[in-house]
Parts: sequence; C-alpha cells; structure tokens
Amino acid sequence: MKAAVITFPGSNCDRDLAVAFEHAGFDLARVWHKDTGLPAGVDVVGVPGGFSFGDYLRCGAIAAQSPIAAAVRAHAAKGGYVLGICNGFQVITEMGLLPGVLMRNAGLKFICKSVDLVVASANSPFTCGYTQGQTIALPIAHHDGNYTIDAEGLARLHGEDRIALRYGDNPNGSMGDIAGVLSENRRVLGMMPHPERAVDARVGSTDGAGVFASLLGEMALA
Amino acid sequence: MKARVTVMLKTGVLDVQGEAVRHALSSLGFAGVSGVRQGKVIELDLAETDAGKARASVTAMCDKLLANVVIESYQIEIL
Repeated sequence: MKAAVITFPGSNCDRDLAVAFEHAGFDLARVWHKDTGLPAGVDVVGVPGGFSFGDYLRCGAIAAQSPIAAAVRAHAAKGGYVLGICNGFQVITEMGLLPGVLMRNAGLKFICKSVDLVVASANSPFTCGYTQGQTIALPIAHHDGNYTIDAEGLARLHGEDRIALRYGDNPNGSMGDIAGVLSENRRVLGMMPHPERAVDARVGSTDGAGVFASLLGEMALA
Repeated sequence: MKARVTVMLKTGVLDVQGEAVRHALSSLGFAGVSGVRQGKVIELDLAETDAGKARASVTAMCDKLLANVVIESYQIEIL
C-alpha cells in the first residue's frame, strides 16, 4: 500500500506524517505542492499539519489552490483515500472535499495540549481499528479548529454517521464537539488532532497508531 | 483600474475576534458599542479597463479564493 505526503511551504508535520505511514507499513512517496500529479499507484494522500502559506488569507485557502490540488481532488473523486490532519483538514475543507469550515478557536488562543477524544464512528477505514465509543488521547496544536457548518449540514453529518471523532471536553468551540469528519464515501477524513504525533511509545503515546493501522488493514481487505 | 473587495463574516456567524474587540473597547471606557464585526479589505490593481468585465473577473476571484462563501460574504467596489 502506498501513501503520498504533500509538502506545502510552511508545512511542519509532513515528515512526522511520512514516518507514521512508514511505521505502519506503507510505502511512501513525498510530493511537492508544485507537482501536478501524484506518483503512480498511490492509495492514500496525506495532507499534513503546519502553516501552509503562512495561514495568509484563510488557513488552507492558498494551499487548496496549489498545482497538486487538482490531482488530490481527482484522487478523491475516483474513490481514493485522503487523510487531512490539522492544517491538512483546513486545506481539504477549502478544497471542497469535506463540508464546513474551520474558524478561529472560540477562546481566540492557540491551543497546544493533549486532549481526550471519543471515537464517535468506528465505521470508517480510518477508525475501524478502534472500538466505537472508545476514548483516546491525542495532541492538538491549532488556532483555527472551531468546526462550523450550517444546521442542515450538521444534521446531515449526524444522520450519515460521518462524525469520526468528538472532543471529550471541547477546547475550541467546535460545533457538536466535532474533531474529525468523514466524506460521504467515508474515504476522506479531516481531523484537527495529530495521530501522527502519537505513534511511538518513546514520545508518550501510541493512541494515534490505530488511524494508520486501520487504514492499512482496510486497504488489504479492499 | 482598481477594485476593492470587502470580505465579512455572514450575518449569524459568530465573530469571536469582533467580540474580543468589543470587550476591549468596553474595558477602555468606550461605552455604548453594542456590536463589533471585523473583516478584510483586499485592494486589487487590474489591467482591465472595462468596469463590467473587471467586476465579473473579481467576482470569480472572490468565489474561487478571496472569500469562503460558506461563512463569508463579499462586496466589490470598482474604483
């Protein structure tokens, strides 16, 4: 199984995400934002955290228009897997791969700490290795993680079981305590917490490893 | 030709930064400010000389990049 991790100017979790994919057993390709295509045979695209283009204009807005964006959209449109973490969640939301938008944290502060998350749906390729309702702890590090969507969109996410992760104690004002959202076909996941920072016991936690292991297991079955 | 784009959060979308500014004004002693909304002003220098074409072009720019129409509205002035 092959993963591609995209680097934008200002990405800072790209290497960590690459290591997490490799650690889980994926073959890995690194992709530059100016590339116009993904390498052949890529199964999952990882859009990493950081501050792409300095968060200018809106977080993720400029990265979402970069040359690689069309290839990522096409990959998702043909049923490919996409994992967007933190700034990556903002980027793929700006790309239109997921509904809603990530607004400034309600408390206006950048928050960097470990938070408890509830696996709200284990029915996804990214969370099937967890138990429904399981609590895990992952780091968050963001200024704009306040997930916002209109009432109709929120009802739709609920109705279609597309909320993958919820905060145990909402840190940022996110609607419905939403920390991670799935696409309609469940193959795109955007999440603010950082699973790639929790895949090695030597740095404190392996609670995030399940995201990558779930994905690898799911793809092996597909 | 120049264009000025004003991007604001749509009515009904909570503007947490505007609220923080409102609190700050109140604590500075400016009484009677019941609401603050903040936004962005983007000025564009355009090669286009036809106002109608300029407006159409800037509208496309707003929809594609300058505003996120999920939460933001925009106004265009051709100068």
